Amino acid sequence: MAHFPKPSEGSWTEHFKIDTGPVSYADSISPEFYELERDAIFRRTWLNVGRVEQLPRKGSYFTKELDAARASVVVVRGTDGEVRAFHNVCRHRGNKLVWDDYPREETKGTCRAFTCKYHAWRYDLEGKLIFVQQESEFFGIDTSKYGLMQVQTEVWEGFIFVNLDPENTTPLKTYLGKFAQGIDGYPFHKLTQVHKYRAEIGSNWKLFIDAFAEFYHAPILHAGQYESGEAAKIKKYGYEALSYDIDGPHSMVSSWGGIAPPKEKAMVKPIERVLRSGLFGPWDAPDIGMTTEELPPAINPTRNEVWGMDSFVFFPNFMLLIWRPNWVLTYHYWPTSYNTHIFEGTCYFVPPENGFQRLQQELAAVTFKEYGLQDGNTLEATQTMLESRTVDQFPLCDQEVLLRHLHTTTQNYVREHQLRNAEAPVS
Amino acid sequence: MGNVFPPDFAALEPFADWAVRGERARYAKRVSSTMEELQAFYDVAYPLLQQHTEYLENLSLDGISDEDKRLLWAFCALVTVAFPVEAWGQPRVPDSGPSSIDAVVEPAV
Repeated sequence: MAHFPKPSEGSWTEHFKIDTGPVSYADSISPEFYELERDAIFRRTWLNVGRVEQLPRKGSYFTKELDAARASVVVVRGTDGEVRAFHNVCRHRGNKLVWDDYPREETKGTCRAFTCKYHAWRYDLEGKLIFVQQESEFFGIDTSKYGLMQVQTEVWEGFIFVNLDPENTTPLKTYLGKFAQGIDGYPFHKLTQVHKYRAEIGSNWKLFIDAFAEFYHAPILHAGQYESGEAAKIKKYGYEALSYDIDGPHSMVSSWGGIAPPKEKAMVKPIERVLRSGLFGPWDAPDIGMTTEELPPAINPTRNEVWGMDSFVFFPNFMLLIWRPNWVLTYHYWPTSYNTHIFEGTCYFVPPENGFQRLQQELAAVTFKEYGLQDGNTLEATQTMLESRTVDQFPLCDQEVLLRHLHTTTQNYVREHQLRNAEAPVS
Repeated sequence: MGNVFPPDFAALEPFADWAVRGERARYAKRVSSTMEELQAFYDVAYPLLQQHTEYLENLSLDGISDEDKRLLWAFCALVTVAFPVEAWGQPRVPDSGPSSIDAVVEPAV
């Protein structure tokens, strides 16, 4: 039985003119396809690598490993206050420039210049080469030609993006499209209390996006998170979104509010009752300077009174969740091979005013982690069985429309990349 | 020797080892504990949280005392312990097998 209206075509999938046939998932189990994705997607699109709050002052920096793009970048706030990103490579002999004890681990800090650990070549915060050890030993070296390799960097609403493709000149905001335009003005800068989690997942990166771009699984996989009587009711009810939308490679799902706060307190676990918090965040929304009704138009796009949260999938690997009780969750999926990736989940809250609010936020963050553990581990089971190739056609329902869109988009990027390469003149 | 926690929370003193800084360390303690140990801590900590909501609502995080800091860590541990006690019936998340999700950035208190 339908709880919420669907488009006149009868389904979201048909409305967006997406094929309704079974899906193969060959794009998630093939090492060869992954190699194509690396060039077609991760070296060509805008990737979110962090937030401006991670660079609080001039000289603040952090590194980001972009394994799928075969790159590491260092993101830094210059002496002029501008945020820039550079390939994390010394121009002398190619050593990784910025790292601590372990070259493959990300790092952060504050400095006045970057000095290579190998021969002490030094670069200023704008990437200019400012010191060469025993410069007179070189052969008339022109230091102005050996600055750090800069990477296109733009900031949208405090989110820092890089684009490794110098030929891709599409501005970030144009690329992010109508969802980003419709989110503009949300006060992300007020949500500076951060809980960040990281996991190594044994599945293709797209399979985890699949898990978080639909809630059809929630009443089943996460049934143990509810009171048992409530779990049975929720299972019977199933899941339907308020609405779905697609814009270019990006997509979003708008969801009803579930149990925050619950109609009856018996519906939720005792710790949720006493802390007035849970998966949907602290039930008492902090002041962010706007009411739910005043939120920017892409948030709760149907303006439904029972709205609870929106999940935006910004292609390829950045998801932004905006929750009714005024907090935000982001997901990043960083591929490390065709069947492994690093998952990051970050909760952003308005800083707590007292000990009780601190505990409310802890419960929301930890609940997200408990759910994530169930999702992450399930994915390893999915990956191994997809790789068995025992079954190669899988039916998806209308609540899984974003999954079809993600896989179709990925395949289109790869196909277009192959066509471009085939047409390129031999050099 | 002074108390670990503020006077109103004296009943928590035998569970002072749950005042662990950091979600990662608290989770590690949870999964290396038995259900009996988790239940014993929960049975004392949960009623205290219920009774002293007002105390926590008036607890400023600016210039927080060591006793109050440890109290918050213990209640953060209660949040973690509540999942095995109220939902899972076991210290680990069911069906989570070898997977882990680690806290890499979290608030100072």
